Amino acid sequence: MVGSVQDYAVLSASSIANLFSRRLYWSDIAMQADRIGVGSLPIVILTGFFTGGVLALQSASTLAQFGATAITGQLVSFSMIKELGPVLTSLMVSGRNASGMASELGSMMVTEQIDAMRALGTDPIKKLVTPRVVATIFMLFFLTIVSDAVGIAGGASVSILMLGQDGSQYFHTAYQSLVFADILQGLVKPVFFGFIIATIGCFYGMNTRGGTQGVGRSTTQAVVYSSVLIIAVDFVISRLMIGIFGR
Amino acid sequence: MATETLAAAVPVPGDQEPVVIFDDVSIGFDGKPVLKNISFRVAVGETRILLGPAGVGKSVLLKLANGLFRPDSGRITVFGQEVSSMPEGDLFGLRSRIGMVFQESALFDSLTVRDNVAFRLMEDKVPESEINDRVAEALRFVELEHTMQMFPAQLSGGMRRRVAIARAIVAKPDLLLYDSPTGGLDPITSTTIVELVVKERDLYHTSSLLVTHRLQDAYTLATHTFNKAENHMERSPGDKTNLYTSFLMLREGELVFDGSTHELVTSDDPFIKEYLT
Ligand SMILES: Nc1ncnc2c1ncn2[C@@H]1O[C@H](COP(=O)(O)OP(=O)(O)O)[C@@H](O)[C@H]1O
Ligand SMILES: [Mg+2]
Repeated sequence: MVGSVQDYAVLSASSIANLFSRRLYWSDIAMQADRIGVGSLPIVILTGFFTGGVLALQSASTLAQFGATAITGQLVSFSMIKELGPVLTSLMVSGRNASGMASELGSMMVTEQIDAMRALGTDPIKKLVTPRVVATIFMLFFLTIVSDAVGIAGGASVSILMLGQDGSQYFHTAYQSLVFADILQGLVKPVFFGFIIATIGCFYGMNTRGGTQGVGRSTTQAVVYSSVLIIAVDFVISRLMIGIFGR
Repeated sequence: MATETLAAAVPVPGDQEPVVIFDDVSIGFDGKPVLKNISFRVAVGETRILLGPAGVGKSVLLKLANGLFRPDSGRITVFGQEVSSMPEGDLFGLRSRIGMVFQESALFDSLTVRDNVAFRLMEDKVPESEINDRVAEALRFVELEHTMQMFPAQLSGGMRRRVAIARAIVAKPDLLLYDSPTGGLDPITSTTIVELVVKERDLYHTSSLLVTHRLQDAYTLATHTFNKAENHMERSPGDKTNLYTSFLMLREGELVFDGSTHELVTSDDPFIKEYLT
């Protein structure tokens, strides 16, 4: 256990250190970015929209008790930007891509393709891990912004079309109440979460043993551990941000 | 003597520093010893055939020679450089002189045959036109030029093994490591693979370490010669065994034999006798 945490730290550190090496695999980065970003877009849009919608639905019924339905927009935008946008997007991408990386690298491991790559003089961390880390961080950042926007739109649709609220009021409160600290918090999180998804996915892939069965095991573990870690790190970042900015 | 004419064309083993030296090498996994105190040499131009039952550590030994594993103790020297203590970064340079054929071919299944064979050259940023020439040459050697644009999944097991050989020789290595190149293949396909190994040995005299658990293949290697004019392998004239092909045998992690074909077949060791029958 201690050993594997150490191995994970070494892998993560060298994936980042390689960014400053002479050789960066741009075409591999672009290919991964396409696979992660474009491939995840539909599910991120769908989950974002319905999450925003359900937030509006739930908060409006609670707010109605206090006669405060006017701030539905504020509640939706707050929750989406600071928490649900980053976390849900990351969990979706983790389910799709941490598992994908673990199974892809895992099957390369058990069929000796990783050894073959090393034997051919190429560092698999540079060629396989670093591009995935870079692409995941980059794409998750933008996917989160898309999710935030779609979520706020989903909340608006529900508020206006189902709850009969005033649209301009929704967007006004949604926009007015946001400050720099909220946006910053919402944009720092995907950077960390993207790093977690790619490094955990690659770590379990590169440590796969025991044939096809081992690949299945790695895939499951990658999704489980990256999801748990995302939620735990979300708590830590939120606490730090609240400590620094007071909100 | 027939062997003298042969010897003139080949660098004489022993007159230069050996290509590979294992000196008292041991390695284990999870506390279980796999190889114990292994010492042997591969001389320049020599082909060494490593025999042993499945699971004895033959693949591990080959990977040690390439620095893919590190020994728990002992020294491994390749081309005069000690790989057992070399940082991974330096190993990448050394490995450019070593070609390796993996047990199950280990082709990159997301790349075409052409890109698999070209992998090392593309990584080294060799100009495109030169890559095309050298890939074509390597694929011609294994007689698979027509598969250039195919993916590994579209090839038969024997063809994949031949592509793996092409990938290993494309950069004209000074040392070749073959891990069970005929493993899992039918006898006829195995013979075509053995023929390629003989061809590489007799045309280029590349120092090699070859693992097999099929005795038949080992004998074929020892007793056959490549006829360049007729482009096929044939029995060596006068049934001579190849002077530069010799044997190593592993048993339960220990090296129990190191010697010539003649010494192997005339050995009194009960384990070797049983293995040979
Ligand atoms: N990466 C590894 N991790 C743990 N054990 C290994 C590893 N590679 C090989 N082994 C063990 O070493 C032993 C020898 O394996 P191997 O060299 O593949 O045998 P073979 O002679 O059939 O090629 C086996 O018991 C295997 O389980
Ligand atoms: Mg083996």
